Amino acid sequence: MYTEKVMDHFQNPRNVGEIEDANAVGTVGNAKCGDIMKIYMKIDENQVISDIKFKTFGCGAAIATSSMATELVKGKTVEEALQITNRAVVEALEGLPPEKLHCSVLAEEAIHAAIEDYCKRTGLSFEGCKKCDGCCGSCHGHEEE
Amino acid sequence: MIYFDNAATTAVTPAVRDAMLPYFTEYFGNPSSIFYSLGAEARKGMEEARATVAEILGCSPREIFFTASGSEADNWAIRGAALKSGKKHIITSAIEHHAVIHTCEFLEKQGWRVTYLPVDADGLVSPADLEAAICDDTALVSIMYANNEIGTIQPIRELCEIAHKKGVLFHTDAVQAVGTVPVNVADLCVDMLSLSAHKFHGPKGIGALYIKKGVRIERLIHGGAQERGMRAGTENTAYIAGLAKALSDATEKMEEKSEYVRKLRDKLTAGVLAAVPHARLNGHAEKRLPGNANFSFRFIEGEGLLLHLALAGFAVSSGSACASASLDPSHVLLAIGLPHEIAHGSLRVSLSADNTEEEVDAFLAVLPPIVERLRQMSPLYEEFLKGEN
Repeated sequence: MYTEKVMDHFQNPRNVGEIEDANAVGTVGNAKCGDIMKIYMKIDENQVISDIKFKTFGCGAAIATSSMATELVKGKTVEEALQITNRAVVEALEGLPPEKLHCSVLAEEAIHAAIEDYCKRTGLSFEGCKKCDGCCGSCHGHEEE
Repeated sequence: MIYFDNAATTAVTPAVRDAMLPYFTEYFGNPSSIFYSLGAEARKGMEEARATVAEILGCSPREIFFTASGSEADNWAIRGAALKSGKKHIITSAIEHHAVIHTCEFLEKQGWRVTYLPVDADGLVSPADLEAAICDDTALVSIMYANNEIGTIQPIRELCEIAHKKGVLFHTDAVQAVGTVPVNVADLCVDMLSLSAHKFHGPKGIGALYIKKGVRIERLIHGGAQERGMRAGTENTAYIAGLAKALSDATEKMEEKSEYVRKLRDKLTAGVLAAVPHARLNGHAEKRLPGNANFSFRFIEGEGLLLHLALAGFAVSSGSACASASLDPSHVLLAIGLPHEIAHGSLRVSLSADNTEEEVDAFLAVLPPIVERLRQMSPLYEEFLKGEN
């Protein structure tokens, strides 16, 4: 049911873990729906995401999208990271089954949530920062192909 | 691949396959065409199969009606009884198979009222709850014999007697039980019972509904006189022969096989609970199918577990939402009171007599590190550990 890319990122997820001195942490989803993604970022003075880690409670697709999203974001500036859509994550994974597309939305929202946390801590603001309301239904159905 | 998903389906045995093959070739005739040998032989084989099934279940061959699946038998029993009775209330349980639940939901849309009896933490229906739910308008009670996810076996005879005391028909979905544990309709006193061949090493696409003599339900398919006019359509002779052969083989040395499977299962259960912290066994400790074990592992989601186990060579199943297309975890696990996040992390292992102790040992070696690996990447586990320190 999953592409080779998805299985690779599921079996060998990149950037799993925590960052002790992270300055951007975002958590989206909830246990009730069966998906929680937590992203830790270390953003340097040039607003480059120099390090990123994740922890995910969820299915194979949720783990793979978390892994791929962190790979896409790593080394990018905050502004570049905000341009990365769920579709880009899906494309990088060479596709997801339709019922799993919401996992990619969750990954996009986790990145945004971490950046929002960074904004709060630093007083900075960026265009296009989206929020996840933590509701099961909200990630499902929008921005899906 | 080590196959631990026998509640999903089982392998057709060579003996069952051989019993089916002649009906594709030398006995291909229509069993209604009895005036020449091709048809007469097909009819004879089918009626022998019906007699075999009836003898094993403890009823008359006239009470066995072949269907295309267990789901069809469930649909027919419930809709057929509801339509015929003129009454507008049905009682079932919260943990039925979807073939029962969705049929009841369909009837609700057509104006029937349905009571979904709750179950306790072990998955048992309370006889007192059933008694209290029955009213003058109750057409049917349908309670499954054994649950497909957690394996809990209901006190069917006791529940059936309560229904009968109030003059209400009783149906049981025995799809998981028939061929695995002894099932006798006379002992159970049920009015209708559903079964499915592929759960006991028969072919997929064939099942049966037992309808006790004198019980009136609406016919399922209008057409010819097949299945006593109740389910029209040329009978699936090869698959009927396969069902009977499989049931007959499953019944042979059933106690011995059942004991063997139970021991394997108990070893697996004890091994899992000893090796994996924050794990629980779902379903009743004793009143359960011999091959069934169902676990919940806190802090992880079931689909990841299934994928890792599949990569390690094990076929198992989960009640996780992500393993299906729906968003909700198993209705069965929620009904026994598990919170959503724990219900998401469930694993069903279902053994058969074909499994071995070596396979169980191999499973016990691979499972704990997989659970640990998934926990290491779970934010819920991280939270839990921080709470502990």
